[in-house]
Amino acid sequence: MSDIILETKGLTKHYGGVHALEDADFQLKRGEHIAIMGDNGAGKSTFVRQITGVEQRTRGDVIFDGVPVNFAGPLDAREAGIETVFQTLALADDLNVPDNLFLGREKTKFDWLGPFRLLDYKSMREDTMAGLVKTGVKIPNIKNTIANMSGGQRQCVAIARTATFASKLTIMDEPTAALGVQETAQVENIVRTLKDQGESLILVSHNMRQVFDLVDRIIVFRRGRIVANLNVEDTDGNDVVSYITGAKTGAEYEGAA
Amino acid sequence: MSDQSDGTGGLTFDKSKKNWPNELNVFGALILIIIIFEVLGAIYMQQSLLFDTRDRFDSIFNEARLRIIIIQVAIIGIIAIGVTQVIITAGIDLSSGSVVGATAMIAMSFAQVAEVNGGPNPKAIFGEWALDLPVLVPLVVGLAVGLVAGAVNGILVAFARIPPFIATLGMMLFARGVAQWWSLGNPVSFPTEGYAKIGAGMMPVIIFLSLALLFHLIMNYTVYGKHTYAIGSNEAAARMSGINVPRHLLLVYMIAGMLAGLAAVILTSKNLTAQSGMGLSYELEAIAMAVIGGVSLFGGRGSIIGTVIGALIIGVITSGFTFLRLGAFYQEMVLGCIIVGAVALDQYQQKRGAARA
Repeated sequence: MSDIILETKGLTKHYGGVHALEDADFQLKRGEHIAIMGDNGAGKSTFVRQITGVEQRTRGDVIFDGVPVNFAGPLDAREAGIETVFQTLALADDLNVPDNLFLGREKTKFDWLGPFRLLDYKSMREDTMAGLVKTGVKIPNIKNTIANMSGGQRQCVAIARTATFASKLTIMDEPTAALGVQETAQVENIVRTLKDQGESLILVSHNMRQVFDLVDRIIVFRRGRIVANLNVEDTDGNDVVSYITGAKTGAEYEGAA
Repeated sequence: MSDQSDGTGGLTFDKSKKNWPNELNVFGALILIIIIFEVLGAIYMQQSLLFDTRDRFDSIFNEARLRIIIIQVAIIGIIAIGVTQVIITAGIDLSSGSVVGATAMIAMSFAQVAEVNGGPNPKAIFGEWALDLPVLVPLVVGLAVGLVAGAVNGILVAFARIPPFIATLGMMLFARGVAQWWSLGNPVSFPTEGYAKIGAGMMPVIIFLSLALLFHLIMNYTVYGKHTYAIGSNEAAARMSGINVPRHLLLVYMIAGMLAGLAAVILTSKNLTAQSGMGLSYELEAIAMAVIGGVSLFGGRGSIIGTVIGALIIGVITSGFTFLRLGAFYQEMVLGCIIVGAVALDQYQQKRGAARA
């Protein structure tokens, strides 16, 4: 078993004439938490979309868990073990917590009934509770519909999916962008819990304090290219900002920007 | 198994955020409407709407009126069960009334007797081969016609991405045309004895309530039901979660069409004749039942039980106005107000829900 969970080689995405992502070489070790930073339009989200199969790359390779992969869509990526917490929450407001966690992959009984096969509510509820305990997510009443929950609780439900389905890699795209202080702290606690459990994580974030608090390594994107790969111990906020704004360019990336 | 999770985070259980089943509100509205009619009845008619006030009988309820109330909504209620599912997906089905008309004509053509009063059937549509057929044939034909109409709706909505309002509006006109073209406007009459039994007496009510129970279970305990709610609630999320949304929508519209077909069979069996104008504006009454029953036109919310109570509300109002000897026009005015009121209430609740979140 390889030590590296995700690797990209020369990952490139062009939207017509716009070079949104150019030759991204990237490695993520098993159990490692890394942050992707960069200005708006620097290529962070484009990079994530290529990995999760939301879009098809122009060229380059993605190697996940030692195998070259070519995801046709986000579902393929999820099947393979990449769980994404989207910026826009992919939750159905009128369903409750277990229904949302298991949406599209319900546990069922009497499968010969086809679309009318019965839902195994009990089993799904138990798995949900286990997943919530594992991530430290506190939801007062899991039978409540998502519509009755705060933004933080919704985000927690989205994150709890990863724990419930034992994914190999979790990607979070700005998980706390819309949250208040207390809710942000709650989400950050969950991220720490994931770290303790050896989950690999890619965190896309603009929040410098959060990034330094939570991750091992910071990757900086600028104008579609990776311009820095920094260990959190060896760097500081000013350093990262210099890379984001282009005031400084990493030695091995000289001439790239 | 407790509903309380044992995580960290310090959030406390808030009882005010507990879900209050909307069906109870609708049921409360039904009770309120009955009380209003009882009071008006006591003042103006010196009679009770639902309770037995005659000395000759010792039953509690006025059973004859209860029976009328439910029979008059049973057939449209069957359509409303399908329409409810379509509306929960955030769609709409305007075609069900016309599909009833077309299905009535076509199914009845396979249910005719050979001999009427010693002579040949004067209304026979086909040759002898289609006369005196076993009852299963027109039943299957009826369900199949409804199913095909529903499938066309579903394909237009799910695969051609035509808005449900337009797709089913087209089907509404088309199916009504088919109903009129089928026998060039002539009624199709004289069904076999077996066929006449399908919708005789309390059969429509029995079928309506059985189907309501069946679909209540399906909507709440099967993958089909869960996906129907999920699509209406957030279609993008449903698609991202791996639900085959077009295929599921097709299935929902097919079920709605088939229920309209079944309603047509029951209706023609009950009336012993089929006419091209049958089912006129049934689609609107079915939608009204669902909306009054708390089914949200924005999708994701509502239930079969709600629709059944909505159907009963319409039945009570219709009977109530007859009981008070008020003209049918008043009844339509009141129904119009109730429908708008139900949607306004739904809007208000949705806003309040959003404000709490």
